[in-house]
This record gives sequence, structure tokens and C-alpha cells, in this order.
Amino acid sequence: MNKNLLWKLLFIVGTMLFFLFGIFGVPKSLSGEGLLTALTDHIHLGLDLKGGTHLILQVHVNDAVNVDAQNAIEVLKEQLRTRKVDYTDISQPDPQNNPDHIVLKGVQPGSRSDLLSIVQERLPEYDITGGAENSWVMSMKPSMLNDLKNKAVTQAIETIRNRIDALGVSEPTIQEHGLGQYQILVQLPGVDDPGRVKDIMQSTAMLEIKQMTDGPYPNEQAALQAKGGIIPVDSMLMSGACANGTEPTWCFVSRTSAVSGKDLRSADPTTDQNGQPAVHFNLTGEGGQRFFNFTSAHVGDSLAVVLDNKVQEVANIKEPIRDTGEISGGRMSEQQAKDLSMILRSGALPASISYLEERTVGPSLGADSIRSGVRAAVVGMVAVLIFMLIYYRGAGVNADVALIFNLIILLGFLGWSTIAGVNVALTLPGIAGVILTVGMGVDSNVLIFERIREELRNGKTPPSAVDQGFSHAWITIVDTHVTTIVSAAILFIFGTGPVKGFATTLTFGLLANLFTAVFVSRVIFEWVLSRKQRGDALGNLVVGNFENAALLKVFNYKITKFPNYQMV
Amino acid sequence: MEFFHDVNIDFLGKKWYFLAFSLVFSVAGILSMLFWHGIPWGVDFRGGTLVYVKFSHTPDLNAVRSDMDRAGLHDPKIQTYGPLANNEVLIDLGLRETSEQALDQGKTKIISALERNAPAGKIDLNNASSLAVKNYVMDKDPLHLGSDADQKYTAQAQAIVNYRDKVLGGVLSSLDQLKGAPGVDPAVAAIMPDGFFLSDFGVRNVEIVGPQVGGQLRTQAGLATLYSLLGMLVYLGFRFEWIYGIAAVITVFHDTLITVGAFSLTKTDISLTVIAAILTLIGYSNNDTIVVFDRIRENIKLMRREKLSEIVNRSINQTLSRTILTAGLTFLTVLALFLFGGEVLRGFSLALVIGILIGTYSSIAIAAPILVAYQDWRIEKGKRPVAIPGKAR
Repeated sequence: MNKNLLWKLLFIVGTMLFFLFGIFGVPKSLSGEGLLTALTDHIHLGLDLKGGTHLILQVHVNDAVNVDAQNAIEVLKEQLRTRKVDYTDISQPDPQNNPDHIVLKGVQPGSRSDLLSIVQERLPEYDITGGAENSWVMSMKPSMLNDLKNKAVTQAIETIRNRIDALGVSEPTIQEHGLGQYQILVQLPGVDDPGRVKDIMQSTAMLEIKQMTDGPYPNEQAALQAKGGIIPVDSMLMSGACANGTEPTWCFVSRTSAVSGKDLRSADPTTDQNGQPAVHFNLTGEGGQRFFNFTSAHVGDSLAVVLDNKVQEVANIKEPIRDTGEISGGRMSEQQAKDLSMILRSGALPASISYLEERTVGPSLGADSIRSGVRAAVVGMVAVLIFMLIYYRGAGVNADVALIFNLIILLGFLGWSTIAGVNVALTLPGIAGVILTVGMGVDSNVLIFERIREELRNGKTPPSAVDQGFSHAWITIVDTHVTTIVSAAILFIFGTGPVKGFATTLTFGLLANLFTAVFVSRVIFEWVLSRKQRGDALGNLVVGNFENAALLKVFNYKITKFPNYQMV
Repeated sequence: MEFFHDVNIDFLGKKWYFLAFSLVFSVAGILSMLFWHGIPWGVDFRGGTLVYVKFSHTPDLNAVRSDMDRAGLHDPKIQTYGPLANNEVLIDLGLRETSEQALDQGKTKIISALERNAPAGKIDLNNASSLAVKNYVMDKDPLHLGSDADQKYTAQAQAIVNYRDKVLGGVLSSLDQLKGAPGVDPAVAAIMPDGFFLSDFGVRNVEIVGPQVGGQLRTQAGLATLYSLLGMLVYLGFRFEWIYGIAAVITVFHDTLITVGAFSLTKTDISLTVIAAILTLIGYSNNDTIVVFDRIRENIKLMRREKLSEIVNRSINQTLSRTILTAGLTFLTVLALFLFGGEVLRGFSLALVIGILIGTYSSIAIAAPILVAYQDWRIEKGKRPVAIPGKAR
């Protein structure tokens, strides 16, 4: 055997060992069961095989923009007041769809430079343009608007991840989904009853402590009537537990908050003085200082604990409080108290979210799918292996070895992805991709073998026929693989979950095929030919014992038979 | 063994038959899409709520329908799913109960409608998660465990749920079955009837797709197919000549049309995985076409004096053995998938079964004749007759 060939063989054996390690690692035992557990440890199953929940969430990024715009309006009002600029109205004409559009009306022409310098200095993220009748239109700079929206999505992903981790769901997937639609994909393996998880993820958890300025009132009309139909400046009307009792009540609270969820250091479930479940929280140093200042200034007043724009409870400030508090209103259950403290710890969502898609695969279906997928794969694979043996005899062994190696590389790749922590999952369509790889992978072998046959028929010697066969088929093989990989890549970009799994196995299977069908298969041929030349009987045995296994015999083709048509 | 040895069939001479065959199938598909069944978008694309339910006995569809009716869910599509012996029913609510405000309300309604005789205060074990089981047994503590209670009861709950899902296929028919279940402590099995009851069904699978996602996915699927075709066109244009790329894309479009047409004719849902199968077909059908084109390119250089139609015929015949073998083997694997791959992959494998037949046929019957027809047209216009692609090799 020449040295070059030996190196190639060693390279192939090394590659196979590498990928076999990916599939099995170092199995505890070599029994069937030991290998099976090693296999399931290394190959990561997709949601459709394992069972679990798949959710797609929409982040309503305009909420985050709206918060920013409202802050901007506050800043603007304050600045206009200090610079004594008169105006008749500041508003957002379309807070639903274009929350960053702010319209100022009735600004005197003489105040133009004042207004422009306010925007330039204090609100640099906004553009301002003059309109008709002393009105001005402000809108956020497009790049700033984009940043803000993307930041809302990233922050939402972070918050949701914290919450899901706290729930103890193992190996969740949480990532941005789709192409710029502000959507999030969440996959929760093993969760087949997603109700509670969904509620926890969806909770905005915006905690604010405000001053209650007036109330309670039994309903909205009564509250408005008491103020002559106009909500006082710097106040807002809210509903919730403004008074003790089960009925919702209404009250006015301050627009600004003394402290908010950002100032929390910790939140834990506890029980209040009546033995009811409650949430106890601690504030950070800075937040605590602000809370102390606020409570010192308002001893005797009432404060309102507001969660997601609903008053949770009101309490009288008896003395300055520094850094602790309790939320107990709303008659929580123990579980709710636990969940609420967890949600508060994980932080607020920057924008509200809603669910667009929900898929739950029960574990029983997953188990069935594995069974039928594997059965189909085995049947298809065995059928192909047997056919190749019958049709190409000795060379069929070559093709079969290439196919099996192909499978080992493909599964080894999935295994290595788990080892590397990337976790490319095997899904049911992924198994289908494996089967298709077998079918399409055999194509390369067929192409090569048919070509070798043709070359033999044209009177070439076996070594040169093998050489010509491979080099002619190679171009075709590259073309066919590239086009299929192009489709698979597009699938990978557009697809999610199961479809992505399919695209991955198909792509990697085809890449592995380039190696096995072309390189491995060719090395085996060279090996057989080199043994043949030395009349090595062992070589015949390895390739499949077929009589004296010359390659011509391998192809069952007699060299005496010349082609009955002439090329050129 | 060799099936095709020295074949010499005049494929181009039969192009009118091929054309007629392709026309019949494409037109039938188009007519069905336009006037009969439309494009049968699956739930992924049209949105809606699908709940797959497995019963512990042969399901009575009329009873299920009247349960739904009582719950205020009118006219859902209710059908058996998979082989009858599986006792599985698919309830399809369409988009009516599916809004993005309360995405899962349809599912909740279905489950509570089917849990007809639920005893108060008990949990349905056939639809309970392992967490619910654990919480219950942990609370009752039948094994009187100490500090490791959480871990032990989690394992017990997991064993019960595994027995239900992996051994019994999703539904228990009696709580007594738990007594012999592997890994379940008899003391735990004994307290189960106090807190749990069994409904006669288990939910196997739920798919809820809001209207917004459906529309979005439809656009994406269309774009993915379009980009795929475009990718082929560019690659082939680059590797061969533009006319080869165009011929290949027309061929693949023909295959896609006939496959989607077949789905419309048979009213089989087109799901996301079917789209994946169609994109795979685009790749596969192109493979076949490229193999023939590659040979044509090679032969044009060898047989400079022959007519193109002669060269094309020869090339098809030379590659015929490979074409049929590969198609046959791929078809074999896909057929295995169709027969043994289970209900979830049915649409996917159907698309592949149809597509591989059509894809193989079309590379011979559509792609090659287009090349020749283009050539004839050029000659007729008095242009230079042969566009010899000579880039590769």
C-alpha cells in the first residue's frame, strides 16, 4: 500500500472516530441499552419529539415609545414654563400607531428660538418642524426610534428569560423571531400545560408607588364630578383597591412616582398582619433615599401601590419609611404572592406583549413520532443498502460504506453541537431530512458508478476508468449539491423550529455526502485497486468476497464487450 | 446487474405527448385552486385553533359534536385522525375562536366541554401536567418523606405521567392501572383516586395560530419559494448559460405547480412542513435537470457536427440509467416515509412522493425540450444557431 493512501485511510478512520465520539461520547457500557442512553444524552431532540410548548409573542414596542414620548411632553411642559413660553396645547394626535408624534399648538412666533433651543438641548432625539397656524410637529429621529424599539425587544427577552429561569424550566429557547416584526420565540421543552407560564411571562409588572391625591370614589363618574369634570394637572385617575373592600374603587394619584420597580432590590412572598399572603420588598439605597424623602414630606397623606396601572392598595403614611414595603391588597393566593414576587424580582417588561401563536406537543405524541420516524428511516435505509448491494455488487459495498459513514457524520454533527452547547435539535422533519439525505446521497454514488461503467465500456483500464468516472461526476455533484444547499439555506432563514431542523440536517447531510461519496468512496476504490495489483486475497474479502473481485467483476462487466456506438 | 444498457429512446420526438400530459395535470391543479378546493392552507397559514384529542375508546363523533355545541362552539370541523384504532379526533375551530386578545380560549372551551362529568375539586389525570401531580402528592405525602421529598415526589409524578404518555399512548382508562406502573410507589398509586379523576380523553397536540402570524407566514413561504427559484436561476446562469437557468426554473415551477395542484385536488392541508418539502423538491428536481444539462454541455463539445436535438437525446439516454436509479432509490426512501412515518409527516411525505415522480419526469420531458425549442427559435430568427456553454471545465 502506498504511503499517500495510508494517510488517507487514517484520515477517514480518524474522522469517523471523531464523529462517533460526538454521537456516543464514551458510553458507560457497550450493551444496547448503554449505547442508547449515550445516544439520547448526546443528541438533542426538538420540541416536536420531546413534547413541550412553542409560543410566539408580539412585543407592542409602541408602548415603550409612548412612555418616552410622555416623558418628553413632561420635559417640554416644564421647560416651556420655566422659560415663560405660552402655548395652547401639547398632545399626541395618534398615540396608538405613531406615539412619537407630538403636536404643539399656539406658540407665539416670537418664541420660536426658545422652543428650538429647548428641543435641541433637552430633547435631542426629536426632530421639530413648523406647521400651519403657529403649530409645531415633533417626531423622534428614525434611527433613535428604531433603537428604542429594538431595545424594548432585547429588554423583553431578558426579562422573560429571567422569569422562565426562575420557574425552573430546563433548556428554554428565547430569541427574537421573524424579520424585524418585534416578535419573540419562546420554546419550553417538557411544559405541556402552559397556562401559568404564559400569565407570568405576559405580566408587565410595572410597579409604582405614588401619592394618592384624592379619593376613593365608587366609580369614574363620581370621581370626575367631584373635580368638575377635569382631571387636575399632575394627577391621573386610576381604579383598583383605593379603599378596603371587594368592590373596585377609583381615586386620583400623582402623575409622578416616588419609587418604581427599578428601585427594587428584592421581593419575597410573606404574610401580612392579618395572616394573608403578601409580597415584601426592599428598595435599593438610592430608591430608599427617595422613598424616605417622599414619605417624610407626606406624613399623614396616603400612598398608592400601583401595579400595571391598577391600584393594588393604599396606605396611610404614619412615619417616614426608608427602604421596605409590602403589597398585600387584592387578596392574593399563596401561589400568586410567590409568582408576583418572582415577577417583580425579574423586572418590568418595557412594553406589553401578546401571544400570536401557541403550539403544544404532548409527550405521548412526541414518543409516537420518534417511533414512526425511526421506523421509516430504518426501512428506507435498509432498502437502499440492499438495493445497492444487489445492483452494483462489490461496488455496492463501497456505496453502502459511504452511506453509513454519511449517517455517522450527520448524527455526530448533531452530537457535537450538543457538546459545543449550540444544541442543533433533531426534529421530526429533521429525521425526514436524514432519510432524504440517504436517498439523495446515494445519487452521488450512482452518478460516479454509472460513469465508471461507461468509461469501462469505452475501453478504459479500471484505474483510469475510476479516475475519469470521479473527475467527470465531480462537476455534476458539485452543481447538484450547491443548488440543494441553496434551497436548504433559504429554508433555514425563513423557517422556525421543526422546519429549521429539517434544513439543518439536510444541509449537513449533503455536505457530509460530498466527503463520503467522493473522498471516502474513492479511497476505498484506490485501496481495492492497490491490493488487486498485488493480488491480495484479503482485499477481496474486505470489499465483499465477490469471486476474484476485480473491479470489472465488481461491476459485473466484461471488458471484451465493446460499446456498440462510437463517441465522435 | 444493469437495467438500462445502450438505450436509445427518442425523447424529443415525444415532446407533444409530454406537453399534453403536463398541461392536463397543471390545468387540473390550477382549476382546482381557482374554482374548486382553492389552496388548502393548513393552520400554519390560515390561522385557527386545532386540538388533537385521543380517546380511551372508539370516539363517537356525534357526541363530541354535541358537546362542542353545548359549549357554544358551533360548527367546528370534527374528524378522526390517523388510523381508526388510534381513537384520535381532530377538532378544528377555524379562526372564529382565535383572536390575539385571548389566543387559547378555544382550546380551553374544548377541554372543559369534553370534561363533562368532572367531579368537583378533583383534577383530570389524563390532562394533568407532572407538576400538578407532584404538587398534589407532595401535599398528601403518602410516603412520609423528609428533606428529599421534593425530588422523590417529582420522580413519582414523572413516572405516572411517563406511564400514561409513553406506555399507554396518552390516556389512562382506569386509575387502577397505576398500581402496576413501573416506578410508581403503591402508596402513591393508592392515594391518586382521592385527588384525581379520569376523563375519557387526553389532549395530544394543540396548534393555535393567530390571524396575524398566518398571513405573515404565507408571505414568507411565498418569498422563500421565490428566492429559491431565483437562487437556482442565478447559479445556473452563472455555471451554464441563461437559457439553461431559465429552462431549469420553468421546469421547477412546473413541478411546484403540479404538486400544489395535487394538494388542492386531494384537499390535503398545506402546512409549513409541506412548504419545506416543496423547497426540497425544487432542489431535487434541479439536481436531475443539472445532471442532464451537464451531459449536454459535455456532449456539445464532443459532437460539434450533430444537431442539438440529436445531442440532447443522446445525453438523456446516457444519463437515463442514473436518472431512473436515483429517482427510484430516493422514491424508495420517501415511500418508506409515507408508509411508516406516521400521521404528522403525511403531508410532507406526500409532497415528496408526488414531487420526485414529477421532478424526474420533468427534467427529461420539460427541461430538455425547452433548450431545443429555444435553439430552433434562434435558428428561425436567423441568429447564430449554437450557444455553446463553455465556462465550466
